[in-house]
Amino acid sequence: MRYRSIVVTIVAAAVFMMAGVFWIAVTTATAQELAFRAPRTGDGKPDLNGIWQVLNTAHWNIEPHAAGPSVVRELGALAAVPGGHGVIEGGEIPYRPAALAKRNENRANRLTLDPAIKCYLPGVPRATYMPFPLQIIQSEQHIMILHEFAGAVRTIYMDNHMEAPADSWMGWSNGRWDGDTLVVATTGFNGMTWFDRAGNFHSDGLHVVERFTARSPETLQYDVTIDDPNVFTRPWTMSMPLYRHVEPNAELMEFRCVEFVEDLIYGHLRKQPDR
Amino acid sequence: MYYRCFLLVGVLSVTSLLATTVVTGKGLSAKPGASSEQAESYTPPRTPDGQPDLQGFWTNQTYTPLERPDDVTKAFYTAEEVAAIEQGRAQRETAQTVPGTIPDVHYDFTQFGLDRNQSVFASSARTSLIVEPSNGKLPPVTAEGQRRASDVAKAREEMGGRWDSAENNQLDDRCIIMRGAGPPMLNAGYNSNYQIVQGRGYVMILVEMIHDARIIPLDGRGKPSPKIGQWMGMSRGRWDGDTLVVETSNINGKNPLQGSSTHMRVTERFTRVADDTIRYRFTVEDEATWETPWTAEMPMKKTIGPLFEHACHEGNYGLYNTLVGARLEEKRAAEETVQQERR
Repeated sequence: MRYRSIVVTIVAAAVFMMAGVFWIAVTTATAQELAFRAPRTGDGKPDLNGIWQVLNTAHWNIEPHAAGPSVVRELGALAAVPGGHGVIEGGEIPYRPAALAKRNENRANRLTLDPAIKCYLPGVPRATYMPFPLQIIQSEQHIMILHEFAGAVRTIYMDNHMEAPADSWMGWSNGRWDGDTLVVATTGFNGMTWFDRAGNFHSDGLHVVERFTARSPETLQYDVTIDDPNVFTRPWTMSMPLYRHVEPNAELMEFRCVEFVEDLIYGHLRKQPDR
Repeated sequence: MYYRCFLLVGVLSVTSLLATTVVTGKGLSAKPGASSEQAESYTPPRTPDGQPDLQGFWTNQTYTPLERPDDVTKAFYTAEEVAAIEQGRAQRETAQTVPGTIPDVHYDFTQFGLDRNQSVFASSARTSLIVEPSNGKLPPVTAEGQRRASDVAKAREEMGGRWDSAENNQLDDRCIIMRGAGPPMLNAGYNSNYQIVQGRGYVMILVEMIHDARIIPLDGRGKPSPKIGQWMGMSRGRWDGDTLVVETSNINGKNPLQGSSTHMRVTERFTRVADDTIRYRFTVEDEATWETPWTAEMPMKKTIGPLFEHACHEGNYGLYNTLVGARLEEKRAAEETVQQERR
């Protein structure tokens, strides 16, 4: 009996010590991450080149949400919505009352109203957290963000900053370095894109400020502030990590989805509808 | 590559080789042959990590046809002939906007950018983009290539009228891909603009039309599985001295180049020969279509940026509305038939 209690004590002490070591290891790792200094490009800037992708459910719904059924009955569990904590600071989008009503209407009719269903350019920041990789190709003057989905392209102008010369789907992006963080201000949106598949939306008054910071060799921290006084009562922020595709043959594939949606968009206009 | 192409051609006559060398020697920036890069006196600027710098905005907009016209026997026009041709083409483009004509309604060619002559364009004295074979023409088509062409023509006849469905339209009308998107990157009717950005280990070439971004890895990775076929294929790049060499395979064949097959391989060579000029030269190999490889060359000229978002599909009201119109016309015709039968 006494022997057994000694064993229990020793085991407990060992577990406690291991936990302590683990705790120290964890805090050290966090400290290392915070102090992480990204490798440099030839011009001495943090090197953000790479193929990146999120691992979250923001593309389903950027707000906290429980799992739910698929909007297309036939797709069953394959297109059912996985739950998630959301990516919004504070957990809720500060909609104006009329805008909230419109969001709810969008959500009820998402199968037909979601612009991404038609392979339209997904807009910013939605393109960043769709379940497709993006690639950053970084030069001094231009930083390209190339998305697999619909082949969407963003050019971030690091010099020659200007107002958006025309409205567009992916907006007009001016970038600058704030220490080791790439800060991108994007305006000039046409107001026809959404934030996710749950009907969250904005107007053409959208002003996006994104912050990309290398937080470890294989992760970027992505923080994005959304301002659109037509739709929201105040600016609000989303945060998430982006993970690097580390497989040596990682490559953006073509996802030229226009071809895949022709029947959806034009099918009812066929001369012979059953063909 | 050029030598390899010669080896594949096998029986290229010495005479025509000499002729090419002599004629192109007079050309603007054209010096064919493997020794041309070494002979270049211009040294391109370097990126911060030491690569030859091809970055910026470029255009290969041109009036030069892919194949040499039948009535032309030389490889280069004189400066006077070039001026006359360019002037004539510019006048014809402007004349397309006769009030009330379809081009006038559809496109106003006097608008800046819709024609080829108001913005920067890659003027060249060449009589054809094709430099090899030296007659400036595509090589003879193989029996397999001829069979494929007739199969395609037959399938096209069987699929019905253009306005029967979206799929019956051309790929560019459907906003899927432009015919000249490449590779090789042949100029479009307008907006033949490109943006080149070089990041660590990659070169990116953005084609303005339908925002097609070509992402070219330079890390020596192997070829992808032949099971993968893509519209623009898959590209692998490397530096050969100051020349960027890009080899592309895995093309799905759904946007054929002059009847090419899924076996087509394209080797492109980008050499910056002046501050404002990249010499763009490419060789097409496709044993299933042509008896020999063929090579073309054109300049890419520095142009002013930026490129604008070419959201073709998103704004494709034309395709939608013409399909609606076709169905309405059919409905009206059917109603008229019923009324005539009643009378």
